[in-house]
Amino acid sequence: MSDSPAIAHGAPTEAGHSHGEHPAYQRHHFETVEQQADATNFAMWLFLLTEIMFFGGLFTAYLILRNWYYPAFVAASHQLNVGWGTANTAVLITSSFTMAMGVWCSEMRNKSGLVLSLVLTFILGLVFLGIKSIEYHEKWEKHHIPGMHYSMQNFTDPQSDPETYNEYHDKPMALDMARHTELYFFLYFAMTGMHAVHMIIGIAILGFMVFRAKAGAYTTGHVTFVENFGLYWHFVDIIWIFLFPLLYLISRHQ
Amino acid sequence: MSEQNEHGVAEQQTHHEEHEHHIVSPMVYLAIVLALFVGTALTVWASYIDLGVWNPVIALAIACTKATLVVLFFMHVKYSTKLTKLTVISGLFTFMALIGMTLSDYISRAWGRW
Repeated sequence: MSDSPAIAHGAPTEAGHSHGEHPAYQRHHFETVEQQADATNFAMWLFLLTEIMFFGGLFTAYLILRNWYYPAFVAASHQLNVGWGTANTAVLITSSFTMAMGVWCSEMRNKSGLVLSLVLTFILGLVFLGIKSIEYHEKWEKHHIPGMHYSMQNFTDPQSDPETYNEYHDKPMALDMARHTELYFFLYFAMTGMHAVHMIIGIAILGFMVFRAKAGAYTTGHVTFVENFGLYWHFVDIIWIFLFPLLYLISRHQ
Repeated sequence: MSEQNEHGVAEQQTHHEEHEHHIVSPMVYLAIVLALFVGTALTVWASYIDLGVWNPVIALAIACTKATLVVLFFMHVKYSTKLTKLTVISGLFTFMALIGMTLSDYISRAWGRW
């Protein structure tokens, strides 16, 4: 309904435009390109706020349950591999940098630079998921995935898992505490899993953007899409910046 | 044409509220990514030292610092409009208020009795 005038006027082939000079990508309900960019940026941030609230619920659950079942959460977190976690943090930070460079290339109208930045970000995203899948597979092998086949043997009898035992010397836990390790792994999979879902969505959009960028999109002065995707990608990075210490690190010294 | 005039007037009126697109230089991005690497190394190193209750506090302090750097520079909030800044701040405020109210509920009811 209200879209029809915009479609009629906004066709890219228009020659004699009656509304004065403005780029083809400016929608007609905006006064200026700057106003359009500001409004889109505002909308993207509102979306990210809903994401903060979504992950915030998971973080709050983790905070409360960790305080309730502290010994179980400490022992269960000893099962995570700090080496893989640190490597993945480095991978994700680097991908945020390549994404930021992509935004810069888009602003500079540097097509080959933009394509390179997007491809690098795409690859680093896949590397992150690859490392995550190695970690998940280890949990699968040790029966640490919550559900029917969950085993708390490594916590009632820590010496059954020599690799972890030699590093942390955890004491055997009573059954009623050991069973709460399943809650830790439930939150671990819920939080890193939702983070991974966001990565997968991001990687899919990156793949789409690589093809569009090769065709010359985003380097014509209209950087909004790349810029707002950058906001999304950096947001996913921020979630990991909090997940990494909270899940992997804060019980290392015990 | 009256429509054209209206358009022109509106453009002038809104101009002062608008925002010049600021391009952040690659050197800034490079400095931030290096700071993030240092922060990561620092938080991993600190996690192996027994600091008692301070371990999670330090881990979260480093994480908040890293997140602030990402928000201000990678996400351009430092160079954004007041509207964007206000949106980010109000989002964080709401988030803290929700966590604070949830925790005060747990603390005042049954803390230590589970």
